[in-house]
Amino acid sequence: MEPVFTVIFYVFSFISVYVQVFFLMTYFEKKRHIIKHPDNLVLLDYPTVTIAVPCYNEEATIDKTVKSLLSLDYPKDKIKIFLIDDGSRDNTWNIIKAFDNGSNIFAYKKENGGKHTALNLALENTTSEFFGCLDSDSLVHPQALIRIISYFQNDLTTMAVAPSIVVYNPKNILQYAQNVEYDMSIYTKKMLGFMGGIHVTPGPFSIFRKRVFDELGPYHKAHNTEDQEIALRMQEHGYKIDHCPDAYVYTNTPDSVAKLYRQRLRWIYGFIKNLIDYRRLLFKKEYGTVALFTLPSGLVSIIGVIFLFTNIIANVISFFYHKIVQIQTIGFNNALSFHYKFDWFFVSTKAVLFLSIILYILVIVSVMIGRKMAEGKSSFSFSIIYFIIIYSVIAPFWMIRAIYNAIISKESSWTFERRVTK
Amino acid sequence: MHKHEPNDWKKYTIVLFITSSIFISGLWLSNYFSNKKIDQLKSIESSISLDLMSSETQFSLLEELSCKDVSTTVLSSELNSLADKISYSENNIGTENVDVISLKKYYSLLEIKDYLLMKKITERCGQKPIFILYFYKNDNCDACTKQGYVLTSLRENYPNLRVYSFDYNLDISAIRAMRSIYKVPDNLPAIVINGKVYSGFKTVEEIEKTFPQLESIKPKAIVPKPKTSATDAIKNIIKTVETTANTVTQ
Repeated sequence: MEPVFTVIFYVFSFISVYVQVFFLMTYFEKKRHIIKHPDNLVLLDYPTVTIAVPCYNEEATIDKTVKSLLSLDYPKDKIKIFLIDDGSRDNTWNIIKAFDNGSNIFAYKKENGGKHTALNLALENTTSEFFGCLDSDSLVHPQALIRIISYFQNDLTTMAVAPSIVVYNPKNILQYAQNVEYDMSIYTKKMLGFMGGIHVTPGPFSIFRKRVFDELGPYHKAHNTEDQEIALRMQEHGYKIDHCPDAYVYTNTPDSVAKLYRQRLRWIYGFIKNLIDYRRLLFKKEYGTVALFTLPSGLVSIIGVIFLFTNIIANVISFFYHKIVQIQTIGFNNALSFHYKFDWFFVSTKAVLFLSIILYILVIVSVMIGRKMAEGKSSFSFSIIYFIIIYSVIAPFWMIRAIYNAIISKESSWTFERRVTK
Repeated sequence: MHKHEPNDWKKYTIVLFITSSIFISGLWLSNYFSNKKIDQLKSIESSISLDLMSSETQFSLLEELSCKDVSTTVLSSELNSLADKISYSENNIGTENVDVISLKKYYSLLEIKDYLLMKKITERCGQKPIFILYFYKNDNCDACTKQGYVLTSLRENYPNLRVYSFDYNLDISAIRAMRSIYKVPDNLPAIVINGKVYSGFKTVEEIEKTFPQLESIKPKAIVPKPKTSATDAIKNIIKTVETTANTVTQ
């Protein structure tokens, strides 16, 4: 069993190191091209934009979300805000109705049909040049939209621009760990943007040219990850997706393991199902980086994490099994008597250990670059330790469950994650 | 019609090259440190071999003289610690590794030499033997693992007990000779106490029962010495001075 494990471990660690080196190399190659906008960017021309905010039971956060949209540095006559209540059972409708002014803010109420139906309702009612979505648990930086629009104006072939998502007001260890993960994904997303390999245009504030939907059709249900599906559809048709690292969106993140588990279960489940739906792209060189790099590395990371996790579990079980046999054989006191003298000889020198250290170093470097891009500081933070420990322990559970659910096709809805107060 | 940017094959290749270099460096580091460990084991073995030879020579020289002059304290702890390290290396570097197998063979020979020397010393000096020969195998032998726990525990409870462990399947003529001398069956684990073979798993109690000499090497409970405090010491000095002064006066 041991040699089989070692070979599989070598394969996974080689691919993981390859992915990290690929990102690093792109970073050093393109570092100078990462645009840092001034604090008060102005444009020569302001195209029309529609932002749709689908809500389901968001009475606690929707007010702040809408107010952040109203604070955007963008001419009010060029921006339309569609607030769509997707059949909430709380006070959401009354709150959004109060914002409806009939000129640039419109509130809609519809029966619950899922996020994609809410977005499509907005798409049917808009003629703006640009269209975007903002999840109702997120807030936008005042300069976020203007910075994103500048990307479209600098490159006419850019069809969608994803923002940088930052954890809003992290309070507990779990949220600090997510903060590290989000910082790291700012770095990886920008690198994927340079390589043309972005596979998700996240729900919070990705902006599209409206003609993307006119040409490719509206949002699909896409296993409740419509933001992954639309990106893959765009990649399939060669539409360019970029990333604007200083267009900040602050999102409320799950504050408990159970909520995080449900969110990630939906993401990973969606990833697997969309990957199956778009399997025709895999390894086809005509589809570029997304087909050769992004999707395969995503798949490998899921399988790799599960493989490592099952191996660790097997080792833990084996340890306790042997300890129990030892206790049964020579008694409790003798088995637990501890005669240990530290000797360097007993420090492992297996290749598995060195390769794991290399991988961890590369991950920490990624996090530090991400932190620098997101927060302007590259110092080491304890959150990195929380992130590594917490994700190593709990991520395998949602990944295993997502694969299981994907096999039996059991979906988790986005409404399931929302607070239900009534 | 939208088109993807052309794939940067050069970059894919360069990254492959860099990754391979990093990967090979990891493997090289592992190999380097494993070799260091093997060198360390070799050096321990050669030092034990030297000690052993020294004991043998001392024994030959003093054969006609008193038994108490022969040093018998050389090996037990070194051999035990070497056994632990070889067993760890088997798990860490691999049971099939040529260097590890060679170290294990050498270790087995050292054990046999130590055993023979100790046997001679105990026989000549009329002491009772306190050795256990233990035969095990590495594969598919849960009872051997359990027997290992029992013997380790015995060794911890009786520090002067010498347990010589032999891999039954190690391809070395000396072990084959031991197997045939003591008629060790292939039903492992097997232990040899006082020249008699016991096959199959034996508990701590069973071994203690068949090996009464163990009682004689049980470490005695340490009786704490009465403590002398600083004030007591000063009082004693004063008393001595006074006595001396009195004697002088008288």
